[in-house]
Amino acid sequence: MDLLISFVLALVALLILLQLTVLLLWVERKGSALIQDRVGANRANLFGGLLPFNLGIVNTLMADPLKLFHKEDVIPKDADKFLHWLAPFIAVLPLFVTFAVVPFGDVLVIGDRVINLQAANVNVGLLFVLGMVSLGVYGVVIGGWASNSRYAFLGGVRGSAQMISYEIGMGLALVAVVLTYGTLDLQQIAREQGKLMWGVIPAWGVFYQPLALVLFFIAGIAESKRPPFDLPEAESELVAGFYTEYSGSKQSMFMMSDFIEVAIVAALVTTLFFGGWQVPYLQRDGFHFPGGFFVGVPSLVVTILQVVSFLVKLFIFCWLQILVRWTYPRMRYDQLMNLGWKRLLPIGLANVVVTAVLVLALEGFTIK
Amino acid sequence: MIAFYFIALLTLASALLVVLHRNPIYSALGLVNTLFLIAVSFVMLDAELIAMLQVIVYAGAIVILFLFVIMLLNVESEVRSARISKIGTAGLAFVLLFAVELAVFALVRDPSGAQELPAGFGSTELLAETLFSKGMLSFELTSLLLLVAVVGAVVMARRKVES
Repeated sequence: MDLLISFVLALVALLILLQLTVLLLWVERKGSALIQDRVGANRANLFGGLLPFNLGIVNTLMADPLKLFHKEDVIPKDADKFLHWLAPFIAVLPLFVTFAVVPFGDVLVIGDRVINLQAANVNVGLLFVLGMVSLGVYGVVIGGWASNSRYAFLGGVRGSAQMISYEIGMGLALVAVVLTYGTLDLQQIAREQGKLMWGVIPAWGVFYQPLALVLFFIAGIAESKRPPFDLPEAESELVAGFYTEYSGSKQSMFMMSDFIEVAIVAALVTTLFFGGWQVPYLQRDGFHFPGGFFVGVPSLVVTILQVVSFLVKLFIFCWLQILVRWTYPRMRYDQLMNLGWKRLLPIGLANVVVTAVLVLALEGFTIK
Repeated sequence: MIAFYFIALLTLASALLVVLHRNPIYSALGLVNTLFLIAVSFVMLDAELIAMLQVIVYAGAIVILFLFVIMLLNVESEVRSARISKIGTAGLAFVLLFAVELAVFALVRDPSGAQELPAGFGSTELLAETLFSKGMLSFELTSLLLLVAVVGAVVMARRKVES
């Protein structure tokens, strides 16, 4: 029974991630059209447009991946065949498992069984995510090298330098959060945020660590290699960067890894800074409004509200990243390195020092 | 137990790949694989924090830098020669020495001295407490050493540009 529950939880986490990835593909196409005042993807319609409304969403969701997986898989003549084949898998696989440690709800109570709504409860969950995301770099580097093409190679080299640089800023932003909540377990961090600050404001990370949120969001976008940080694949300079020599399903795996990273950044921003699955004032037995008002809610409804709350926040931050992607122009390479090393790093360090001093000085400040 | 032997075998195989493969890129990738599998061994020993740090620091940062340098310098595949070099001989001697040492250790050690693990073993709190109380001096000295190494590297790189 326990095994079955774990299996279902893992499946749910994986499905959230996969559905979100495909959905983001469509949202990105339609969203960019909205921003640029175009109609966007509207060709894939059911029944040849006989229906009065456009079912484009359903069809684009299926048509895009199907098209990509049907294309010919070209391997360059001088490529390193094995590594060329391996790279897309290395890019995608570590990212798949990261969602396992993201909690998508508090607990589900069925009878007297209490199920923790998280696929894998790792007590160093935050480090697990960081580690797996850092392994994703290998896909970029190996893909760039194995293609044996100048453009791809330059993209791979750029990618490795960029991702190492921004991992540091990202790590420092996370250190401040860990200091605030005193744990590395993502579920525990989410639970801590259910408490209240001065009895009114929810103890969300955004109120404790606004600076860390900004740092993390910037570093997160840079880690997912999307504009304005898309130098590894800068299409006006390097054709398509590290995946220039990829086609068909393998190219789509690289694209998918991009969208998965968007989803992971959104999930982490949600969990660390916006209370994860928390609904303000909603405890396990109902709403506890400030001033002593209490509205009881059945346990199952609480769980559903929490999962919905998590998904809504997740969508909002995915959408925010798509907005950023279609709003800002690409940075120059020196600007990219300056931002990473001369801005994010010192600010992140200062934030960690200030947080540590505050935590020590106001021992009661931490919600322990 | 089966899991341990399986992981150990894979670790050894990828470690051999590091040494034996002629292409330096494959060697670096073998190194990543070895380090990752050692992290898996750490997980099996209940040391999750160490495992994750191993992945983040070694696999996620250091070997990426190795790859970066190998790719930038465009190191060619090594030409295999029949003769074993002096360094190779020395290496073999050390391998033999280490094997003998391990064998002696395995024969001599007394398994009855094994202790129960303390509560919370491998947790972040316990590790941090040990590191910042008992291991404070060596921790600070290590960071000083690393700082000196970084400054030294920068100084040497600077000098080359000027000359």
